[in-house]
Amino acid sequence: MKPAAFDYVRAETADEAVQQLRALGADARILAGGQSLMAVLNMRLAQPSALIDISRTAELDHVRVERGMLTVGAAATQSSVEWRATLADEVPLLAQAFPLISHFQIRNRGTVCGSVAHADPSAEIPLVLLALGGEVVLRNASKRRTLAAIDFFQGMLMTARAPDELLEAVRFPIATAGQRSAFIEFSARHGDFAIVSVAAVADARGLRLAVGGVADRPRLVQWPAGLRGADLEGALNDFAWELEAQDDAHASATFRRHLVRRLGAQVLARVTETTP
Amino acid sequence: MKQIGRDSLHTVRLQLNGTARSAPCTPRMLLSDFLRDSLGATGTHVGCEHGVCGACTVQIDGVASRACMTLAVQVDGRDIATVEGLCEADGPMSDLQEALKRHHALQCGFCTAGILMSCDDYLRRRPDPSEAEVRDMLSGHLCRCTGYTPIVQAVLETAALRRAPTTAIPDAISTTED
Repeated sequence: MKPAAFDYVRAETADEAVQQLRALGADARILAGGQSLMAVLNMRLAQPSALIDISRTAELDHVRVERGMLTVGAAATQSSVEWRATLADEVPLLAQAFPLISHFQIRNRGTVCGSVAHADPSAEIPLVLLALGGEVVLRNASKRRTLAAIDFFQGMLMTARAPDELLEAVRFPIATAGQRSAFIEFSARHGDFAIVSVAAVADARGLRLAVGGVADRPRLVQWPAGLRGADLEGALNDFAWELEAQDDAHASATFRRHLVRRLGAQVLARVTETTP
Repeated sequence: MKQIGRDSLHTVRLQLNGTARSAPCTPRMLLSDFLRDSLGATGTHVGCEHGVCGACTVQIDGVASRACMTLAVQVDGRDIATVEGLCEADGPMSDLQEALKRHHALQCGFCTAGILMSCDDYLRRRPDPSEAEVRDMLSGHLCRCTGYTPIVQAVLETAALRRAPTTAIPDAISTTED
């Protein structure tokens, strides 16, 4: 199918983008890589009055390390991060997740920030951002604010972004010395949406486990660094129940809880075993 | 800043396989339709129109992308490569195309144009891919004829021949005429 008609604005700068967001109102949508939005428009699940295109906004197309964070601008594609030679050292969890995100051809055009802004509960990048304790940078025409990932994701495709705000960048903390991380997901076919995805991080702050595809948003639990054995297994089982999995066309709640326990145990083993 | 009203025609100018082309379109026109209907470049096929099947894959500034998930107005001024540009109309086919032919890596051919554009980009970035990596890259394309195995073989062989062109493929295969 084809999208319904809309007005089109190509923003040359981030300022122009946020001014247009204010001028055009809540019915305007930001278009970056379009790898979620264009499918939604083609299927007419959304019919925004206007699209504000930031895919060629040079100042938003950046990937850089600053103040201990890998900062990715709103126009930077997933490929531009995935093919970064130093990524496996900088944010190894993100490097592990990229091959699981859709397909090569989609990552070539889809943006990192677009995935975060779209907030699909089974998407990989939001899960990585949450597991690592990353941040999102939001700005409107008058001010800029930074939110922790855990405060940004609010529900199924719902975030703390106000209608007049542009998600300008996301920031992934650079891996600290000795940090270990692991990412696994289960999907019907490679590249499909995950039925359950899990990410684990072990470092000086403790043990963090994030689960996607089960609740209405990616969910995070934190445990003391030394939790092991039956205590860890029990904590994981409690968390699997807390997620309140629902039956749907893809998997039953029972199967989803099973996957959380099985995949959760696998990633936790990878980050806690003393010899890799 | 460029603003185009929903009913306004904007002339999109781009390089199509190295040739300057232009045509008017409204903002809602997909690049896939623009290529086929406005520029007559019907080598790019249109399948699912939501990014799943991969038939419409073209290269935007050399990067394999879905034409159905890109607006024509977004690629104003950019270089678009489609299957028509892989070889001259009356010249020999590219090495990758020859390899697909040798391996019978297509039957109906509907998916092939998109697969060629993906593989062309991928092999430039990853000249020595593993079979697993090739299969991973091809997961972005649906082919209902071949079962993928001959396509994988063709891509791996193309990569091997590019790295060591002297290790020629057997004459009996390479010179087969149809």
